[in-house]
Amino acid sequence: MLELKNISFEVTEENESKQIVKDLSLTLEDGKFIVITGPNGGGKSTLARVIAGINMPTSGKIFFEGVDITDKSITERAKMGIGYGFQQPVRFKGITVHDLICLAAGKDLKVTEVCEYLAEVGLCARDYIDREVNASLSGGELKRVEIATVLARGSKLSIFDEPEAGIDLWSFQNLIQVFEKMREADREGSILIISHQERILNIADEIVVLADGEIVRQGGRDEILPTLVSTDSMASVCGKYDMGGKK
Amino acid sequence: MVDEIQKRLLEEVAGLHEMPEGAYNIRANGEMADRNTTANIDIVSKDDGTGIDVRIKSGTQNESVHIPVVLSVSGLKEVVYNDFYIGEDCDVTIVAGCGIDNCGVQDAEHDGLHRFFVGKNSKIKYVEKHYGSGDGKGKRIMNPGTEVHMEEGSSMEMEMVQIKGVDSTVRKTTADLASGSKLLVRERLMTHGEQSAVSIYEVELNGEGATTDVVSRSVAKDASYQKFDAKIVGNTLCNGHAECDAIIMGDAKILAVPQLEANHVDAALIHEAAIGKIAGEQITKLMTLGLTEEEAEEQIINGFLK
Repeated sequence: MLELKNISFEVTEENESKQIVKDLSLTLEDGKFIVITGPNGGGKSTLARVIAGINMPTSGKIFFEGVDITDKSITERAKMGIGYGFQQPVRFKGITVHDLICLAAGKDLKVTEVCEYLAEVGLCARDYIDREVNASLSGGELKRVEIATVLARGSKLSIFDEPEAGIDLWSFQNLIQVFEKMREADREGSILIISHQERILNIADEIVVLADGEIVRQGGRDEILPTLVSTDSMASVCGKYDMGGKK
Repeated sequence: MVDEIQKRLLEEVAGLHEMPEGAYNIRANGEMADRNTTANIDIVSKDDGTGIDVRIKSGTQNESVHIPVVLSVSGLKEVVYNDFYIGEDCDVTIVAGCGIDNCGVQDAEHDGLHRFFVGKNSKIKYVEKHYGSGDGKGKRIMNPGTEVHMEEGSSMEMEMVQIKGVDSTVRKTTADLASGSKLLVRERLMTHGEQSAVSIYEVELNGEGATTDVVSRSVAKDASYQKFDAKIVGNTLCNGHAECDAIIMGDAKILAVPQLEANHVDAALIHEAAIGKIAGEQITKLMTLGLTEEEAEEQIINGFLK
């Protein structure tokens, strides 16, 4: 279980401090599939980075399985079972797909095992296993490799920051299946996805709407989804967003 | 015969666990330690004792020559001249390399000049590794010079590696290429401490359709210094590419000096040079996979130099 208590994250730009996340509290139960959605600039990615330890909150506490992890490093959180998939995957010269998946798994994997992870994200393993994770891979390919690294970790909490970004619609169909499969198989661990995609929202247990650094709505899919697809409610989210002084 | 330290050095520079198959000449502490020749590959000492001549008969296929050099005494300074005469239509791998173990206070230095005369349509793979060890105050110094003369249709792939322990090195490689010949250079270099490494390449493309690709990947750590100086001269219809890609760390300094000289309208020459530190994002990504910052850095460097 992950608990965020009164988390704030502030940045200073041109001597002016700006709150990206505002006094946010949220509890993610085990075995849940949670989607965080909301307008761009609303603090979703920042929140995901705060959970993974990439950004340290300005104030507030984070508990993972009852342990205060607020001051723990990225590495410590990863070892405790928090996985994180980047919105924009990182490239490495000389490190192959095979190397990266093995690093993620924390052990040397057989080629067949690496292939299984790649097949899950819709990559034909034979073509990719020895490729370097560099600019020779397309954005969509890199994204799939990125997701495969999170799968290989087998984390208790897997966070994906906009997995659909940079993937064409056709490929996205397969990716939905990846998440559906994860949802079915991984009842122990929880999955937290930041997404704008209706098909991802459709398979969520819970939806959190974040705007201007605050939770504006939270609840089960059946309760929240209808309010999101109706134009009025999106307008009201935008209204609130505008009211937040972002202008 | 070679001792334990020398055996370890041989393993580092030539990947040798035991005596290699095929032709070899092992030089230890300034003297010949062992030699083997084959029906196609002859190795003879020069009359003045300054080095060896390696003669490879035309048509020699899938054979190898190992000529490692190891130094394990402090204060030894040597200069060797090795010449390779390669006939026509050969396909041969040549593994050279130098390992210095210096536990003493005096400098140990190995300088050498390798000259290659590559016959028509021959294909050569040349691997040269440099390695230094020993905790003495004496420096481990290597200054290799390489001269490559390539005849029509020949090709040569040079793998130059210096990963650890060499305090000071100036490497100069010159090559001239006849028509249809091809030279590929892959250099991997890592310097640390106060080491200094200078790599100079000068490739002249003299024959029509000659091609070269000189690529260096390097990592400079601590207060080390690196200079990459690659010059490609195109004198006819030809293709040349030079690339220097370097990671800079700590207080290191790197100077990249790519030079292109086109003396013909159909000479197509390109150079690329990039120097930068390890991207913070790369470290962060590997940390999310459970690696510490130091482990992440090591993986990134290992991958880069692989």
